[in-house]
Amino acid sequence: MTTRVFISQDTTAVAVGADRVATSFIEQAKAVGFACTVIRNGSRGAFGLEPLIEVDTAHGRLAYAQVAEQDVSSLISSIDGADYEHPKCVGLVEDIGWLATQTRVTFARCGEGDPTDLTTYIELGGFVGLSNALALSPQAIVDEIKASGLRGRGGAAFPTGIKWQTVLDTPNEQKYIVCNADEGDSGTFADRLLMEADPFQLIEGMTIAGLAVGAKKGFIYLRSEYPRAQNMLESAIVMARKEGFLGENIRGTGHSFDIDVRMGAGSYICGEETALLNSLEGKRGVVRAKPPLPAIEGLFGKPTVVNNVLTLASVTSILSDGGAEYARHGIERSKGTIPLQLAGNVKNGGLIEVPFGVSLRDVIMVWGEGTRSGRPVRAVQVGGPLGAYLSAAELDVPLTYEALSALGGMLGHGGIVVFDDTVDMAKQAHFAMDFCAKESCGKCTPCRIGAVRGREVLDRVVDNGATENDLILLHDLCDTMEQASLCAMGGLTPLPVKSALDKFPEDFNIEDSHYEVAV
Amino acid sequence: MEALVTQIANRHAATEGGLLPCLHEIQAELGFVPADSLTIIANAFSLSTAEVHGVVSFYHDFKTSPTSPQVVQICCAEACQASGSRELEIGAFSELGVEFGATHPTNNYRLERVYCLGNCACGPSVRIGNDVHGRVVLKDLPDLVSAGVKA
Repeated sequence: MTTRVFISQDTTAVAVGADRVATSFIEQAKAVGFACTVIRNGSRGAFGLEPLIEVDTAHGRLAYAQVAEQDVSSLISSIDGADYEHPKCVGLVEDIGWLATQTRVTFARCGEGDPTDLTTYIELGGFVGLSNALALSPQAIVDEIKASGLRGRGGAAFPTGIKWQTVLDTPNEQKYIVCNADEGDSGTFADRLLMEADPFQLIEGMTIAGLAVGAKKGFIYLRSEYPRAQNMLESAIVMARKEGFLGENIRGTGHSFDIDVRMGAGSYICGEETALLNSLEGKRGVVRAKPPLPAIEGLFGKPTVVNNVLTLASVTSILSDGGAEYARHGIERSKGTIPLQLAGNVKNGGLIEVPFGVSLRDVIMVWGEGTRSGRPVRAVQVGGPLGAYLSAAELDVPLTYEALSALGGMLGHGGIVVFDDTVDMAKQAHFAMDFCAKESCGKCTPCRIGAVRGREVLDRVVDNGATENDLILLHDLCDTMEQASLCAMGGLTPLPVKSALDKFPEDFNIEDSHYEVAV
Repeated sequence: MEALVTQIANRHAATEGGLLPCLHEIQAELGFVPADSLTIIANAFSLSTAEVHGVVSFYHDFKTSPTSPQVVQICCAEACQASGSRELEIGAFSELGVEFGATHPTNNYRLERVYCLGNCACGPSVRIGNDVHGRVVLKDLPDLVSAGVKA
């Protein structure tokens, strides 16, 4: 009997050496005559443990963490000899604390098997949601989503059920499902991980959305920085079509739905839903004024559901287990689980799916075990490049949409970037303006010009320290951008800038008197 | 070039929102989107040349002059900054001998900044071709690049 061995093909796993380990494992196993099948699975998102090797044994699935090429030979002897003892062994996968303490719903299947193997997907509960949805009326599907309390996981947290209801209620022959896979926020990788580890779940979720609102065509708008996710999605789509889960007459029910993957072209703003729609139409990725809402006039002017990867993926478990079951997790108006992404200067980063309400400190200190550099945490940016910087004194905030917003920040797409005490917050504020200046679509003046002027002020501040006039001008620019920008890019860039200035004024070389005048 | 562009453009013009896929394919074939291809593309899509130019110039990925098809990208976004990418960014020129946005004078690759490769838990990240490398430190950068780039 051959032993199944799992080595991840995820971008981050490979970035820290999984391909080299896999090649070496296959070669050496062959050389010593160890009968095994090496399966390249998706990652579980415990990136501190990668390259992770998992082995099927009589006791369960054993894991070996941070495996290097030089460990492979001794590892093979211990597996072949069935004693399994090895310095890199971290016990059974299900007992690894980093994973066992999470509540995996959307990411439950990630890392279990070959991501493009449809049989594995079905064995692990895949397509149950779709088969339930096929037996329901569109309104009943939308009602189930409403009951779950699911809010958009892309960052804006709009109630998904209400969005779907609007599209369902807007009569049109042609409607679209658009998946926003333009995950451009630094510190976020949950979409990428899911697409690389469990692409069928996204396909299933989009198909359910199509059934719910009466759309027959879906597009996945994927950023060009994610070539592995592209390969994985394209292979999965071909497989799903072949087995009748996608295309004409799905599983003989008479329903049709198909999906195309479209690649972005290196523009951050195309993650904004209306810019994304323009880009999909083959235009410049310029933001549209709302209204009309995309749900009423979206892609090519037709009613369109635009949802993030995680939102659409979450739909599958809502349809398989029921909206009420999903709503059991979380607190207040933040229902369900949130896949947090712990990144930056952290010892054990990765994907942490937990119910809403876990504290930021627990995420960084318990799962993350503090900084990788070993120095104290000084600042944490939550919610991507447009999210506020929090100080070390604010780590006890519970991670919910409401609590972050009460602190003047946002949870966004769930990215958490940890900085140690070597960070220069004036440079971080400068970067926020610089990034906005580079990536602004140019449609509205506050963002297009405001970010350039903001960068100029911060150029001076970084070089010479802040004068009273610099601070007055910077606050003025931030106010204008916040209040008058067309979309979240210009509207939220002031968030990291102002939070850096308010919470870390010592980095801006300002005299107290200046600061009081400006505020 | 003309025949190739015409053939690619006509094929994509028949699909919904085919302009970006068309430009991606032309760039993959030719290494860039030549100025004299714009009118051919415009005709196929029933657009003005100015409109096609507007799209090409909007996106960072599309290049308008010949350049190496091999790209080395250093991530300069926040999560990588937190784990040391500012040193890579500042030291890249002295270690590699090429400015950002330029093609290396002797080795066949272009150096670019990129903002997030989705490897944020194990930064700083560098992408060479389609391979992402994690936890990169400045002193290892030259060897990493020469191993990943073809002559």
